[in-house]
Amino acid sequence: MAIISNAVTIADNGAFSQSLGSMVHIKTLTASSSATLSFVHGTADVVLDSTYPIYKFQFINIHPSAGSSLGFKASTDGGSSYGIATTSTAFMAEQAEGSDDPFLGYRTGNDAALSTGLILIGESYGADNDQSGSGYMNLFNPSSTTFVKHFISQNHSSHSGDYVDNAFNAGYVNTTSAVNAIQFAMSSGNIDAGKIKLYGIKDS
Amino acid sequence: MAVVSNGTTIIDAGALGSGVATGKMILLSTQTASGSASLSFTSGIDDTYDSYVFKFINMHPATNETQFAFQVDTGTNTSYNQTITSSFFRSIHSEDNSSAALQYKTEQDQNQGTAFQKICINVGNENDESCAGTLTLFNPSSATFVKHFIAHTNTYRGENQCETGFLGGYVNTTTALTRVQFKMYSGNIDSGVIKLYGIGG
Repeated sequence: MAIISNAVTIADNGAFSQSLGSMVHIKTLTASSSATLSFVHGTADVVLDSTYPIYKFQFINIHPSAGSSLGFKASTDGGSSYGIATTSTAFMAEQAEGSDDPFLGYRTGNDAALSTGLILIGESYGADNDQSGSGYMNLFNPSSTTFVKHFISQNHSSHSGDYVDNAFNAGYVNTTSAVNAIQFAMSSGNIDAGKIKLYGIKDS
Repeated sequence: MAVVSNGTTIIDAGALGSGVATGKMILLSTQTASGSASLSFTSGIDDTYDSYVFKFINMHPATNETQFAFQVDTGTNTSYNQTITSSFFRSIHSEDNSSAALQYKTEQDQNQGTAFQKICINVGNENDESCAGTLTLFNPSSATFVKHFIAHTNTYRGENQCETGFLGGYVNTTTALTRVQFKMYSGNIDSGVIKLYGIGG
């Protein structure tokens, strides 16, 4: 039965006819001294397939157990293994809390050249109680079996050396197999606290 | 008849009630390339939303190492030659790790130019090569201000390099913009999808 109001169909056939917005929350993972946080398609209500053409990860106050950098690895086998060759660029803007020490430049230590290791997307998050990092990463068309998988991220952190870091990382997971799981981790130690939210950007 | 639940109006007068939480990013239209000379968005860009976001997904050129670009126009015009001033910088890294740099690229910016504004540079045309990203156009219907835009992109270049592009600029007109066209500098857009969203308040 359709729900019709003032001659306008609001809902029919089990779905709303009117737009409820195109950015859909899929899953939130909350860290608690976690070595990794993994989003695996088909597990724990996670959707990471052709349902959406773009997926957006939001990082909220990612707090490491030790001063370290946030990164990710991709999987094409449903999370059985992680570490698909990835090429990326990395640059950042930085300023110190206690002195005037601005920096804008490329960060060769944070990029990747067909690396199967942790692909860094955030720089040296501090482990003091009030330090953390927040930002986002967009993953484009992960289910494509034609193209490599582009990602674009921007993450801001309170650096372990009492700097502000605004990190810009982007690249591609160099596979034409569908990426169906993403795992996040720090470059050393655990993710003590913080949330990672996964959204899908609707196709229609 | 209104649908009211626990004192909250859910539906009334042909619309969802104002108390119903809905997303503010609304898909307006989608264009899919298939050997297309250009893709044009000629409707839906007005004063309904404060900003409009184009998401382009796996734009794949017919010609190797060409530029993915856009221009805008007013009213029902189809010249796509509005005056643009822009800046462009990039972060670039090769697959063989032989080069990495953060650079301003004067070749990609414009100073009161009317050319198609380059967004992604030297896009490769091998089967798995393409570019992707976001272009945001702010307040295109303003009759007061020039029209700001910002793009953030990633490109698999024909030279087997990864390039992250940062484009910003303004269309130097106080006339409302109503249409946007995308194309490659050389050859067709073989494949790819561009989605237009309105960002509600």
